[in-house]
Amino acid sequence: MVHTVLNHGAAGEVSLFRDVYVEAYRWMLLARFLDEKFASLYRMGKIHGGVFLGRGQEALSVALGLALRKGDIFAPLIRDAAGRLAFGESLSDSVRTYLGSALGPMKGRDGSVHRGRPKDGLLPMISHLGAMISVVNGALMARRLKGISGMVGAASVGDGATSTGSFHEGLNQAAVERLPLVVVVANNHYAYSTPNERQFACASLVDKAAGYGIHGEELDATDLAGCLPALANAVERARSGSGPQLVIARLLRLCGHGEHDDASYIDPALKASPVGRDCLLVAEEYLRESGWADPVMLEAWREEARQKVETAVAKVQREPGPDPYTEDWCALASKHLAEGGV
Amino acid sequence: MSITYLDAIREAQARALAEDPRVFIYGQDIGAFGGAFKATKGLAQRFPGRVLDSPISEDAMIGMAVGASVEGMRPIIEMQFADFSTAGFNQIVNQAATLHWRTNVPCPMIVRLPCGGTSGSGPFHSQSLETIYAHYPGLVVLTPATVEDAYSMLLGAVALDDPVIFCEHKYLYYHLKAEQLPTEATPIGKARIARPGRDMTVVAYSAMLHEALAVAQELAAEGTEIEVVDLRSVKPLDTDTVMASVARTGRLLCVGEAWPWGGVTAEVVARVASEGFGLLDAPPRRLNAKDTPVPYHPNLWAAHRPTARSIAAAARDLLGL
Ligand SMILES: Cc1ncc(C[n+]2csc(CCOP(=O)(O)OP(=O)(O)O)c2C)c(N)n1
Ligand SMILES: [Mg+2]
Repeated sequence: MVHTVLNHGAAGEVSLFRDVYVEAYRWMLLARFLDEKFASLYRMGKIHGGVFLGRGQEALSVALGLALRKGDIFAPLIRDAAGRLAFGESLSDSVRTYLGSALGPMKGRDGSVHRGRPKDGLLPMISHLGAMISVVNGALMARRLKGISGMVGAASVGDGATSTGSFHEGLNQAAVERLPLVVVVANNHYAYSTPNERQFACASLVDKAAGYGIHGEELDATDLAGCLPALANAVERARSGSGPQLVIARLLRLCGHGEHDDASYIDPALKASPVGRDCLLVAEEYLRESGWADPVMLEAWREEARQKVETAVAKVQREPGPDPYTEDWCALASKHLAEGGV
Repeated sequence: MSITYLDAIREAQARALAEDPRVFIYGQDIGAFGGAFKATKGLAQRFPGRVLDSPISEDAMIGMAVGASVEGMRPIIEMQFADFSTAGFNQIVNQAATLHWRTNVPCPMIVRLPCGGTSGSGPFHSQSLETIYAHYPGLVVLTPATVEDAYSMLLGAVALDDPVIFCEHKYLYYHLKAEQLPTEATPIGKARIARPGRDMTVVAYSAMLHEALAVAQELAAEGTEIEVVDLRSVKPLDTDTVMASVARTGRLLCVGEAWPWGGVTAEVVARVASEGFGLLDAPPRRLNAKDTPVPYHPNLWAAHRPTARSIAAAARDLLGL
């Protein structure tokens, strides 16, 4: 797939690129419907805690998810519904975690975007920004110590997270060990309400790559056709031994920080600029223009995505929540060392 | 042959590396150099590729251990000094300590903290931080006080499926010697009676154990028998052994080198007061360091933390002597 994506201009491989593009688009669609469903459940008061959406960031996210493969490590962030699905997270894992089903991977002990299956390479984010990078490094180090090669670890972060000490330590550590790490920075120009100007003072975040002695790239992440080869390329470089890769993606979050936030602080000029384009609409247009999908197909795909989400939510809504009486209330794996409560 | 507390820690790591391919050690200056205290001396040469120098990145060092642990390894992280673990605090308490609870995937790893004061080390190379780690659910916090325990508890920690904060006392590194290493593992989470006695109980751990034992010796000459309990593990805390001792003696003094607000001594006193009030013949007492940063100058340092002298005074007071 990677080869295909990289050479999508070459004659004879266009149809393969089309297949990847269509797959990516359909994951984006599913992620968008899923996000919208969560937003509507939130407004109905049916979700405990916050809801954090990836609207406008699906193209980047899905491109990363598709560039990775089984056996790789992925530490997604709050706006990665599309990438998670493409990487292999089930729809029910996300719905169950958001709705607090006892059958979900976190069993109601954690919720919303804080979910994962570490044994499947999907690391569950903690809230503390930047903290997942070194954890991905550790997973990659373990593979190296076990003599396993050929896999990649990826961590998603936002522009705000680049200011943390963890981001710096994580990238430097990966660089020193020359780990096959890909760090994807979704620069959506705001960290909650804080604009880039108050976050960093370098001309571009990609300038940081040189400081770590690693490869860095920048791209327009509103365009799926650009994201797919760029991410596939970065992952492939890491996989083939070129060391850590820093990808800086320009885009805009087309929603609030969370659903509680009206995002009134976002500069209207940015919204109106090319960076404010909705990647899903851009991709749709691309599909139509290249003749890869007609309005009937697009509508059928939409309907299918909508149905999948509705079915998953309807099923999970009937599932039990966690039971405080059967909960063992022990944070340790070594149950015999439990302190209990006083 | 005589083996120091530091030798025991090095030998336990050597044995863990030799017997368990999942073990590796990661820390600052620990490779060819052998570590700031030489706790890994010779290990990088004996176990190539498994004793790795890290950058000065405490946060990323712990993150690295968590990721490796998820992948089935058993990392040992050496903090150069316990004091610097606060730069990796977030990863310890929020990443390592929560992983199993959140995902059901265990997070076995050890963070070795060279802790405690030595004169001249000052505010940033002397801290005892067992309290802050014990406060967080999901961590096991061990405080070995003897050469034997340093060895067997470290091996026990390697076998455990949880993140362990291993507090090794810098003063004990060179001052404590044993003739041989134990062959049996110390059960994690069990306190021990370090010296039996019937008149009062002194609960101590880490270097304070030896101050308490000196006091017991001193008062024995005057006809008072102090029972000394060595906690060994501050989390879990072996309340049963403490309570049984207080049931025998009716008096409790708890001694710690850490700061006075909250903490291990407060926890012991709170448990005994709330669960064993009827066992007490006198109000339970505790003795800690003073509530200031650890001072640099030996005159101040010696007065900052509990010593055999101040413990003896508190003990006499409690006994009405
Ligand atoms: C260490 C830390 N400090 C503060 C927060 C609170 N917080 C959560 S998201 C966020 C903004 C993140 O911005 P960015 O990294 O740009 O990601 P985005 O939300 O834009 O995707 C903040 C400040 C946090 N989660 N972690
Ligand atoms: Mg941002």
